[in-house]
Amino acid sequence: MGKRIGIEVSLAIAEAAKMANTDVVAAYPITPQTHIVEHLAELVASGEMNAEYIPVESEHSAMSACLGSAVVGARTFTATAGQGLELMHEVLYVASAMRLPIIMAVANRALSSPLNVWGDQSDMMAVRDTGWIQIICENGQEAFDLTVCAFRIGEDRRVLLPVMIHADGFYLTHVVEPIEFPKQEEVDRFLPPNQFPLPLDPDKPVTMGAFTPPVMYTEAKKAQEVNLRASKKIILEHWAEFGKAFGRHYHPIEQYRTEGAKTLLLTLGSFGETAMTAVDKLRSEGKEVGLLKLRLWRPFPFEEVRQAVGNAETLIVLDRALSTGGPGGPVFSEIRSALYSEKKRPRIVGFVAGLGGRDITVAEFEKMVKRSSELAKTGGEQEFEMFGVRE
Amino acid sequence: MKKNENELTWKDLEIGLIVTEPGSTREYRTGDWRSQLPRYDFAKCIKCGLCKLYCPEGCIKENADGYFEANMFWCKGCGICAKECPTGVISMAEEEE
Repeated sequence: MGKRIGIEVSLAIAEAAKMANTDVVAAYPITPQTHIVEHLAELVASGEMNAEYIPVESEHSAMSACLGSAVVGARTFTATAGQGLELMHEVLYVASAMRLPIIMAVANRALSSPLNVWGDQSDMMAVRDTGWIQIICENGQEAFDLTVCAFRIGEDRRVLLPVMIHADGFYLTHVVEPIEFPKQEEVDRFLPPNQFPLPLDPDKPVTMGAFTPPVMYTEAKKAQEVNLRASKKIILEHWAEFGKAFGRHYHPIEQYRTEGAKTLLLTLGSFGETAMTAVDKLRSEGKEVGLLKLRLWRPFPFEEVRQAVGNAETLIVLDRALSTGGPGGPVFSEIRSALYSEKKRPRIVGFVAGLGGRDITVAEFEKMVKRSSELAKTGGEQEFEMFGVRE
Repeated sequence: MKKNENELTWKDLEIGLIVTEPGSTREYRTGDWRSQLPRYDFAKCIKCGLCKLYCPEGCIKENADGYFEANMFWCKGCGICAKECPTGVISMAEEEE
């Protein structure tokens, strides 16, 4: 194995892209993603990284340049956050539908307005249906590992899809953590070279992104849907291989002290760390509480979620994004939908909290558990609550 | 294309709908879009070829007698050739089913 060093998580993500032998980086800096692309720019400028760094004038251009890079078969990486991800929005659909394995780190950030550079998961939820594989990290080690894995997943001939790696802005990107770095040769062994099967090549001309009339559009979308769904099996395969090679194992939904739990909390991303402390505290008080941490957002792991929920009586879903005027947080409504057809299903309580950089403390997680049992007793009519809002 | 586009299923499609056969657009019958079609009075034709130059579809070719004629497989009936013809050879007539 390599060495364990203290490093800012943003820099570790950039190092992962470097160790993956990325050929092209096209990116536009935006808080809280800036350190990732700044570090990549430094690595390229100093000659430590043999890649093309394309500075662009916007995120729309960043993703468009990534398309151009991916279609010639170059290993392509970018990163963005919040408003930047939104400015890329239409190009995200192009990347996935054209089956281009672009790897992108997203430093999750709240969306304007009001202008707010801090962390939540509004940006991730806004790009839910763009057809990308979406993977969520809880800590720095995961951010490094899952970025390396993302290249192997996305570039797999059976997958060929772009992959987003979500890491909470500031909570993750700006903290220094001890991270185990593998040796370069270990990464090289794990990560075969990118071999896009139909690259742009003057000797074998192809047309990409061509106009498609109504007679073919639905078939194209069906093919995309089947492909993204089928990628789950292959994602699991590569995570298992990573586990064998590096000893760290990743699953679509991670479980923490769920054995015999009557109440389950479900979180996404870095807030799982605080929730674990809350679960430990509640368990020490004899309360049967466990934690589920969703790692794979797309393709959505239906079977694994149903299995993980098991026989719990109450499931508390924390959303750090608001589906304004809708059925609650996006994660809440999807989890509820995934469990709807189950004969036995828990009462599902949705909380929207942790918006725009507001912390959720251990005590507040405890309060959520308490509040959920109140709601369960009263059979509260409310679909969800904005937790911790000042009335 | 081996199959007609109406027969292709989602399983027949190349990854990302990449088109691997160069020039396959030629098999796309844009003539279906037409609501008017050009009629020719070649007695007035000076064989200048301006209609061919202006045709946005690129579907006008010189025939064996040296006159310029649109290929109805691709002609969309836009009428630009009729508008540009300096001697009034071309007139647009309603397309009938």
